[in-house]
Amino acid sequence: MTGTHDVRADTALDGLDARLIVERGAFRLDVALSVAPGEVVALLGPNGAGKTTALRALAGLTPLTGGHLRLDGEELDRTPPESRPVGVVFQDYLLFPHLTALDNVAFGPRCQGAGKAEARARAAEWLERMGLADHAAVKPRRLSGGQAQRVALARALATRPRLLLLDEPLAALDARTRLDVRAQLRRHLAEFEAVAVLVTHDPLDAMVLADRLVVVEDGSVVQEGTPSGIARHPRTEYVAQLVGLNLYRGQAGGHTVRLDTGPAITTTEDLTGPVFVAFPPSAVTLYRDRPTGSSARNLWRCEVAGLETHGDQIRADLTGELPLAADLTTVAAAELDLHQGASVWATVKATQTHAYPV
Amino acid sequence: MTKVDASDAAPDTLVAGARRRHARWWGRGVPLPLLVPALIGLAFLLVPLVALLVRTEWHDLPDQLSSPAVWQALRLSLLCATAATAVSLVLGVPLAWLLARVEFPGRGLVRALVTLPLVLPPVVGGVALLMALGRNGVVGRLLDSWFGVTLPFTTAGVVVAEAFVAMPFLVISVEGTLRAADPRYEEAATTLGASRFTAFRRVTLPLIAPGIGAGAVLAWARALGEFGATITFAGNFPGRTQTMPLAVYLALQNDPEAAIALSLVLLAVSIAVLAGLRDHWMSAG
Repeated sequence: MTGTHDVRADTALDGLDARLIVERGAFRLDVALSVAPGEVVALLGPNGAGKTTALRALAGLTPLTGGHLRLDGEELDRTPPESRPVGVVFQDYLLFPHLTALDNVAFGPRCQGAGKAEARARAAEWLERMGLADHAAVKPRRLSGGQAQRVALARALATRPRLLLLDEPLAALDARTRLDVRAQLRRHLAEFEAVAVLVTHDPLDAMVLADRLVVVEDGSVVQEGTPSGIARHPRTEYVAQLVGLNLYRGQAGGHTVRLDTGPAITTTEDLTGPVFVAFPPSAVTLYRDRPTGSSARNLWRCEVAGLETHGDQIRADLTGELPLAADLTTVAAAELDLHQGASVWATVKATQTHAYPV
Repeated sequence: MTKVDASDAAPDTLVAGARRRHARWWGRGVPLPLLVPALIGLAFLLVPLVALLVRTEWHDLPDQLSSPAVWQALRLSLLCATAATAVSLVLGVPLAWLLARVEFPGRGLVRALVTLPLVLPPVVGGVALLMALGRNGVVGRLLDSWFGVTLPFTTAGVVVAEAFVAMPFLVISVEGTLRAADPRYEEAATTLGASRFTAFRRVTLPLIAPGIGAGAVLAWARALGEFGATITFAGNFPGRTQTMPLAVYLALQNDPEAAIALSLVLLAVSIAVLAGLRDHWMSAG
């Protein structure tokens, strides 16, 4: 028993333990983060939520107005950025344009006191690991987006940081490159044995790259957990939209959930008290006329507010009794003669909904 | 302007085409109230230079220029302008960095004061320098009694006077470049373990090198032509403080031919400077 306690005490010392409070005018960021070594945590949130501010605070580029910051048991709150064992991959990489890829990567080791030859040898090693050995003498502007990203990662890792920070690591890439780079980045992050925190507004990047997600909205953490946990049980509208679910909040009484906005949803779960109800847009069936033979208990009258194409699917944005998103095939949309302002009936089977306590 | 039919299809090309036509047949489409003053202005700037060339006694020129006095003045001018530029670089670049990168109370006022020598009559600058660095000046007295250093009426005084007038040009130019440069490169450098000074030296300085170069040339040209502050603060001693502009002015009173020859040399130097800056400014316009 005592043994377990000791282990716990040790793990509490290792890794990142932070509460980041940054106040700037009307904006207040207050985010608690604890990340174990070897773990990759993604700060996920809409633009302006404060993710980048949190990252800058971790790097020491934005001073904390409160809270604390400990890395492997060491207080870093007052440590200037150049003395923190932190590596940063910036959103647009910020590779020094006047230095070659090799000298960009060697910059960190040089600043840490390594000799020119040693720093370059270390940099060459990192470029080799990133598969960029033959681009060592190239200036950043001649690198492709994916290559620049890897040089930036090599540059951050070459200082042997104990905390690696990545700000929107894939945002600057086109869709095609993104797939490759995401897979490579995932591999490199898996090899990285210290703490990694990445910031993104892209749920897919977050879910592929991170072991754990921390969702930030308006400067505070609104939800945190594993990607699959968050995908199944979103707790805010933003998260629900991210993972593509309709999400409602209401009071459960048995199999019926009375929503705060009025209508009720029948679920399979038997719950009482405040709950969330979620269902995917694909679970919604639409009719032009009120269905008579349908067994669905959940039936709402809605109006089409917008239509959007997603591959061979059409996403209908509905308002009315219950605002919801519905997915249907292009053929079905044509048969229903869906257009903006059209009035429709929407049904969802109780078995397709999922209710969980708040 | 007469063709209306294609206006919907390609308005951009139409405008560009019109602009090109104006460029080709200038005069057509340029209103006279603008054209006439423009041409007079052009003539006003160019005629004096042409007159200088016309009045030059070209066969006497080699004799004029080979006199040791000319070379002495030219050498002193180049030396002092270069030294003043060096002083401006060493002090002005950090000052520009401070103005561009560090927020401190009264920054706007400091920037205004830095640019004051740009608009101050140079003679006033010379008087002010005498009050500060003269033998009985506020600072000059201390320099004299502590180190035995006197600046007025010495070659070093010429450098001081020229630097005083020229440095603001460099500061303004470098500060503008610094403001345009992305400060996040410095941040990236600090996250890699660079101190703020190392970040400045290894990242910022190379990035703003073109702006520093342009500012240095500007300052150098201004220092080379400096007259008022120099003659007030450093006097007019041949071989010691008599730079080219001073020599030209003096020569004009007793030997106009020599004045023309000296002016020609300065004109040649100026044209060389302009040619050197061609890529930097002319293309930017």
